[in-house]
Amino acid sequence: MDMINVKVNGVEVSAPKGTTILQAARLANVDIPTLCYLKDINEIGACRICVVEADEGRGKRLVASCVYPISEGMQIFTNTPKVLESRKKTLQLILSTHEKKCTSCVRSENCELKKMAHDMGVDDECKYEGENISYELDFSAAHMIRDNNKCILCRRCVAVCNATQGVGVIGANERGFKTHISSAFELGLGETSCISCGQCIAVCPVGAITEKDDTAKVLDAIADESKFVIVQTAPAVRAALGEEFGYPMGTNVEGKMVAALRRIGFDKVFDTDFAADLTIMEEANELVERVTNGGVLPMITSCSPGWIKYCEHYFPEMTENLSSCKSPMQMFGATAKTYYAQKMGIDPKDMVVVAVMPCTAKKFEIGRDDENAAGVPDVDISITTRELARLIKRCGIKFTELADEKFDEPLGIGTGAAVIFGATGGVMEAALRTAVKMITGSEAGDINFTDVRGVKGIKEASYKVGDLDVKVAVASGTANAAELLKKVKNGEADYTFIEIMGCPGGCVNGGGQPQQPASVRNFEDIRAIRAKALYDQDAACEIRRSHENPAIKAVYDEFFEKPGSHKAHEILHTSYVKRGLY
Amino acid sequence: MGSTISSIPFAGTPEQEKQLRDVIAKYKSEKGCLMPILQQAQEIYGYLPIEVQKIIAAETGYPLEKIYGVVTFYAQFSLNPKGKYKISVCLGTACYVKGSGDIYNKLIEKLGIEGGGCTPDGKFSLEACRCIGACGLAPVLTVNDDVYGRLTVDDIDDILAKYN
Repeated sequence: MDMINVKVNGVEVSAPKGTTILQAARLANVDIPTLCYLKDINEIGACRICVVEADEGRGKRLVASCVYPISEGMQIFTNTPKVLESRKKTLQLILSTHEKKCTSCVRSENCELKKMAHDMGVDDECKYEGENISYELDFSAAHMIRDNNKCILCRRCVAVCNATQGVGVIGANERGFKTHISSAFELGLGETSCISCGQCIAVCPVGAITEKDDTAKVLDAIADESKFVIVQTAPAVRAALGEEFGYPMGTNVEGKMVAALRRIGFDKVFDTDFAADLTIMEEANELVERVTNGGVLPMITSCSPGWIKYCEHYFPEMTENLSSCKSPMQMFGATAKTYYAQKMGIDPKDMVVVAVMPCTAKKFEIGRDDENAAGVPDVDISITTRELARLIKRCGIKFTELADEKFDEPLGIGTGAAVIFGATGGVMEAALRTAVKMITGSEAGDINFTDVRGVKGIKEASYKVGDLDVKVAVASGTANAAELLKKVKNGEADYTFIEIMGCPGGCVNGGGQPQQPASVRNFEDIRAIRAKALYDQDAACEIRRSHENPAIKAVYDEFFEKPGSHKAHEILHTSYVKRGLY
Repeated sequence: MGSTISSIPFAGTPEQEKQLRDVIAKYKSEKGCLMPILQQAQEIYGYLPIEVQKIIAAETGYPLEKIYGVVTFYAQFSLNPKGKYKISVCLGTACYVKGSGDIYNKLIEKLGIEGGGCTPDGKFSLEACRCIGACGLAPVLTVNDDVYGRLTVDDIDDILAKYN
């Protein structure tokens, strides 16, 4: 590999050809601030925050370090008065059109713009005053609010929506001073084919895009003594919640999370993992039925509501391929309001099911048709990991001081197979562990299906299960899903079973997870770090196959009879809508 | 922002749609096909309403938002149809210092539309233009091919009355 030698503030650094100044500076332990730049997603050199002075033998010039490649002998200066003055002025200009309601802003604690202005010594945020356009807020989508008054036009959201997700319902419209981010013909996001994935929220550096906050609804339900309020937490939440309380990324805080939820005042603290195991039972059974009865193949998983909405909008002809299984969150709610309500003698109308999810599309999902097994919505309120952190802080709970606690029984019992649902490939692996048993009658020898693990966008594998050749594929991020589905549609691939998760890397990197700033995202793979927490938990679990979960055995014995039974179909399965594009 | 979008019902004909589809078929395999397609689509329809942009989106595979972004970026593209009578008010330097800005604003008020818009009955559209080479007559406006010069805001009612 061609190595190039440069000096960063006088320190010699050697890096491969093609390395940017930003990356080379990191090798010299120098952090250059960035705003618009997101590695592999938004590399447009537009905001000019990352400027440095570079001398390639023709004198020092200001260049955008995020996209400027190093050259042999280049001298890089990251902290000269000219550089610092330039950054400061750029920030002040950005701040001149930014609505500075910092006290009440949901991003007050982790706003990248605010931190940068502080770090760069911006002492007057109102230096450049003048005319500003006042934008109406967009509340039309079920899951989020867009506030262009706070938007700084970095275009990270546009890039992630277009490139990573292949959706492209938001973009920069008009020009010059009037440039603003919106949808075609200024339609509300809820009227477009937005899939509610929330990746735009995850990458927004400021408070211009936020989830609809439902924390007040949760506290109201808990305060209502006539309601029995139960909570379920998705597997990916425990792998990221700690980040909001100062733990390193990838710390599994399951025990403290359970303790905190109890202190917030939920009547029962349950685990979506239970329902993930239930999903595996139903889904593996459905797969076996489709294979043996000539059903529509490949069958595609249906756990990710962002993916489901994507399929309905962009591949409506393939909704028959979707498993009819409700997502684990919905299966949990449906089971809680039927089986558990009956068992406890509670009227489902008096039960409130709250879900804590790494996901914003779940806010859309709870309002879908055919998701109300007991005649009332299966799930009443769905909040994100971020909202849970807000709730814990609002309730004055000293999270880091809490002793670990365990989930309540029986809906809090899950297996290792369920834990890995939170990472791309996890649903596939969990399904394979059980499908082997269902098809062959005996357990899989090695239950670690490592071919389907990892953050690669599209993964393929082939397994011999009994007499059957099972070809599987896994995709995460809907742009990758589209690539995979085109192969299927064109007859270039004959998979039996496909797992698709809407967000890149799966739920651990969901749109509802704690926001990590560009300074972290550009240098670390948050998908892999958080996923490791889940795979470690799986490896340490005593029970790692869904069909061995004692609570699952009980729910079938006492209530559903067997996977795919009439009752299971009524309660645990759903239907889809061919939406098409807007 | 939304005010720049036409509320006049789309009245495209099957012939126009066939022309559009032919244009798209001709260019769609080329890189950078969007500009020539949009330019010719505007020639066919006179403007680029959502109905036209949706056809272009479906045929080229570009997201509708991307197309809308390009259309709103370039001044040459219009989201509004032209009226039967197209009023252009010169806002060039000479006309402007002679008060054409007031005339333009008065027309916005009288017609009840924004600059670039068209009245709901399709009769008048209004736009600002730059110098039309009649500075000696400043301030100037044109209605289709008719030129009106040395105007004051009081002349506007009489001019509009001629076309009503």
